[in-house]
Amino acid sequence: MNPPEITVKTAPPPPAPAAPAVPAGSRYRTPGAGATRLISTLTIAALAALWWISTHFGWIKPLFLPSPEATFKAFIDAVHGNNQGQTPLVEHILVSVTRVFCAFFLAVLTAVPVGIAMGTSRIMRGIFDPLIEFYRPLPPLAYLPLIVIWLGIDEGAKITLIYLACFAPLAMAAQAGVRGVALEQINAAYALGGSRWQVITLVILPAALPEILTGMRIAIGFGWTTLVAAEMVAASVGLGQMVLNASNFLRTDIVVMGIIIIGVLAYLFDLLMRQIERRLTPWKGRM
Amino acid sequence: MVLEIERVTVEFRPKKGPPLVALHEVNLTIRPGEFVVALGASGCGKTTLLNTVAGFLPPTSGQIRLAGKPVLGPGRERGVVFQQHALMPWLSVLGNVEFGLRLQGLARGERRRIALECLAKVGLSQAVEQPVYELSGGMQQRVGVARAMATSPAVMLLDEPLGALDAFTRESVQEILLDIWRDSSRMFFFITHDVEEALFLSTRLLIMAPQPGRIVHEFDVPFSRRFAQTRNARAVKAAPDFIEMRERILDLMRQTSSGDLS
Repeated sequence: MNPPEITVKTAPPPPAPAAPAVPAGSRYRTPGAGATRLISTLTIAALAALWWISTHFGWIKPLFLPSPEATFKAFIDAVHGNNQGQTPLVEHILVSVTRVFCAFFLAVLTAVPVGIAMGTSRIMRGIFDPLIEFYRPLPPLAYLPLIVIWLGIDEGAKITLIYLACFAPLAMAAQAGVRGVALEQINAAYALGGSRWQVITLVILPAALPEILTGMRIAIGFGWTTLVAAEMVAASVGLGQMVLNASNFLRTDIVVMGIIIIGVLAYLFDLLMRQIERRLTPWKGRM
Repeated sequence: MVLEIERVTVEFRPKKGPPLVALHEVNLTIRPGEFVVALGASGCGKTTLLNTVAGFLPPTSGQIRLAGKPVLGPGRERGVVFQQHALMPWLSVLGNVEFGLRLQGLARGERRRIALECLAKVGLSQAVEQPVYELSGGMQQRVGVARAMATSPAVMLLDEPLGALDAFTRESVQEILLDIWRDSSRMFFFITHDVEEALFLSTRLLIMAPQPGRIVHEFDVPFSRRFAQTRNARAVKAAPDFIEMRERILDLMRQTSSGDLS
């Protein structure tokens, strides 16, 4: 019996490039893909328009929501220091930003090592886990009096309060990052002769970096959230103090202006962090 | 220098249920220049065996010795190539291959020289500065091989490194591995579930069976040496004796697995 013939059909070379058209209504995208800048801009514009309309047609009383113009005037006045305390706005901003960032950097410097230690050592996890889990859900206002009594009314107490708010999410992110490191990567480093310390610094730390950066974004958000609480006691400058002071005099225009400034500052920093993320961890989601 | 695996048993004790014997009383001696391939279906303990030799997993009983010294953990005289390449995505191709040398504290110029040499052997001289996450699967595995070679280990342990590659890429990496093996007197211990791959690469072929994981057959195989002489992989794999042996081994494996089912 002869073996069966294998027929080979060779396709002719393609004549011309096929039409590149992707017809309208195609659904090739993964969920959530694509740029959001235009949508975000439109959302903000729509909200601003609604704000302007609702205040101009008298739907809302100025005491509850001041008009955009009034808020802008409060901004200009604040820039020139024409308000309670005669402090120019730049100084409020500088003082608050310094407080938030000092606390944030102190938290990064301490919480990341603590989180890594918790992820790599049973003993460290045993020590820190209950402490962090206990204080993390407490509202900062609840322990503010204690901190003021312990540390006085200077910068120390304010920075400590913001620091504590940043610390927990950072430590937890670092610990989660360590947990997420592939066992093979760790084993590979050990098989290449790495010591425990080398594995932690050269494998676990960089592998946990994406999660640490996410933790930093979340932590700085908590930092801004705590700013007003931190500036409640014995502060004469600072954005939080400015807002609190204005609310005592029912100056909602200054309150709204202060809120917008805090929000914009936090948003700008987040945009910066996203850039840093892209630079430092370009492999994120690709390995 | 000889690698001795003596009566190695590995048991896993799950919280519920009876203990699982992943390896039972395995004996194996590997000498310099040997390319030993362990072949078997999943669950036969071949990866467990490799992990105990690598020092990632302690045997429940028995001992592994390299050059007379007992293995008590991972060490750089045993290089490992992983199933999933396990490269460091924050390092370039060169950075990954240099990594082991950096851990040893070698000077920058020296480790660059060695790493470039290893990358040339796996045919990646053109991709030195590329980020590893942009490489194809075959290139990533070749970086993994270069990284394991760079520290000049006496034993190379490869855990199904080509399992995820397409047929052509797989064959080209097989040839690279045989070239590396021929150029040194290293011991190779390679794991696969692909019969053809096992026959092509090995000088000695072990067939493993599950429950409990153990070595059931052992063959001396001539084909890797034949390739070293002829350098024609297709001719080796199409030779009648290759095909005959392939069928025989497939048959043996079928018997082993049906024996477990009855």
